[in-house]
Amino acid sequence: MKEINVSKIIPVVKKLCIDANYYAGEDLVEKIHEFLDKEESPTAKEILVLMLENQKMAAKEKMPICQDTGVAVIFVELGQDVHLVGGDFYAAINEGVRQGYQKGYLRKSMVDDPIIERKNTKDNTPAIIYTDIVPGDFIKITIAPKGGGAENMSEVKMMKAADGIEGVKDFVVDRIKRSGGNPCPPVVVGVGLGGDFEQSALLAKKALLRPLNEKNPDPKWAAVEEEILERINNLGIGPQGLGGRTTALAVQILSMPCHIASMPVAVNVNCHASRHESAIIQ
Amino acid sequence: MSTEIHLNTPLKTEDLEKLNVGDKVLITGTVYTARDAAHKRLVELLDAGKELPFDIRGQIIYYVGPAPAPPGKPIGSAGPTTSYRMDPYAPILMDAGLKGMVGKGPRGQGVIDSMVKNKAVYFAAIGGAAVVIAQSVKEAKIIAYEELGAEAIRELKVVDFPVFVANDTKGNDIYKIGVEKYAR
Ligand code: SF4
Repeated sequence: MKEINVSKIIPVVKKLCIDANYYAGEDLVEKIHEFLDKEESPTAKEILVLMLENQKMAAKEKMPICQDTGVAVIFVELGQDVHLVGGDFYAAINEGVRQGYQKGYLRKSMVDDPIIERKNTKDNTPAIIYTDIVPGDFIKITIAPKGGGAENMSEVKMMKAADGIEGVKDFVVDRIKRSGGNPCPPVVVGVGLGGDFEQSALLAKKALLRPLNEKNPDPKWAAVEEEILERINNLGIGPQGLGGRTTALAVQILSMPCHIASMPVAVNVNCHASRHESAIIQ
Repeated sequence: MSTEIHLNTPLKTEDLEKLNVGDKVLITGTVYTARDAAHKRLVELLDAGKELPFDIRGQIIYYVGPAPAPPGKPIGSAGPTTSYRMDPYAPILMDAGLKGMVGKGPRGQGVIDSMVKNKAVYFAAIGGAAVVIAQSVKEAKIIAYEELGAEAIRELKVVDFPVFVANDTKGNDIYKIGVEKYAR
């Protein structure tokens, strides 16, 4: 059993919030370069160059890549040999978010009640937190700030087994087609297959965390990802919807078993400001 | 082909008529920020026959809700917000003399028709290129509706603010033309 005081979590989460918003991942930068080389539209090329320049400038000026610094989505892997002491674990995470968004001059984008009041909570809390218990004596925290423009283009569909893999591909491509320029393409497309209604959505979101330079370990899904990506990039939507060959940088699938009567499919869209950052507390 | 064009505000009709969809434009001069709530108030003033808080003739409105300004900077990251929410108000402002709009995403036919009629242009700024845009902002001051916070009207002094022509004065729409051209 290892004791970890929850107060150790606060500065870690604070730093993760800031770093994720200021610094673009190398895999993302590489991917945009790769597509820039293949892009045919002169306007699209200019936009991709601007996006790369923006990432560099954000790091240099210590400013968020995008003004929509998102809802703080946090994935926790909690080692089962850890004993948390010193207070409420989730309160500590929220305190880290509060400090990160304030000290990092990040925009506060959470409203207290989704429908009637919609008053800004002014510190970007509460975070959305998912916890998995895993073997070990560490805590791994990943933050994935999620902007509204891209999140709003996401969807869950309870499909029929008879729709088959072709039905799934059509649904994903159509979802991106209907999104047009709204999710700030080029996008990263997370696809969750199986589980149940809410698990499929969570899988889709988790799928977005895979580094963009890594292939799906399952060759069967890797092939499906490639095919969907090609079809999406044939839509012509292009960066920011102004036309071009670069609409998506990657399609990433996560799947799990499901009920004999069901075939849940979820699409979670991320924009070109695809942000995530992890840290381990030991 | 994409070319780089420098434009100064207030905008002149003859300069705008030369623009084509896809052109890259660098804007220098004054740009006013306004989002949903500010638009509603501006249109209410016009309806009541009252004066606007700034002279709108020949001017540009930028649809943006910036991040907080870090110490020593005039503005925080400041990328565009989605434009279609301003569609009901835009034609009324163009009739009052507005010549340019900057935002992201396609506009409705009513706005496109009004641009042709009023010889106005809609520019797409790059969603997520928020730091590059903030760097082009040299000064920012709130000139109306301070109580609206991020939605207040700000007067920005910009130098080489990078945008792309999305709708020109001839009724062309890059969100249609561009996509058709590169679809397979
Ligand atoms: S979709 Fe992404 S890049 Fe576009 S405004 Fe939202 S957070 Fe920024």
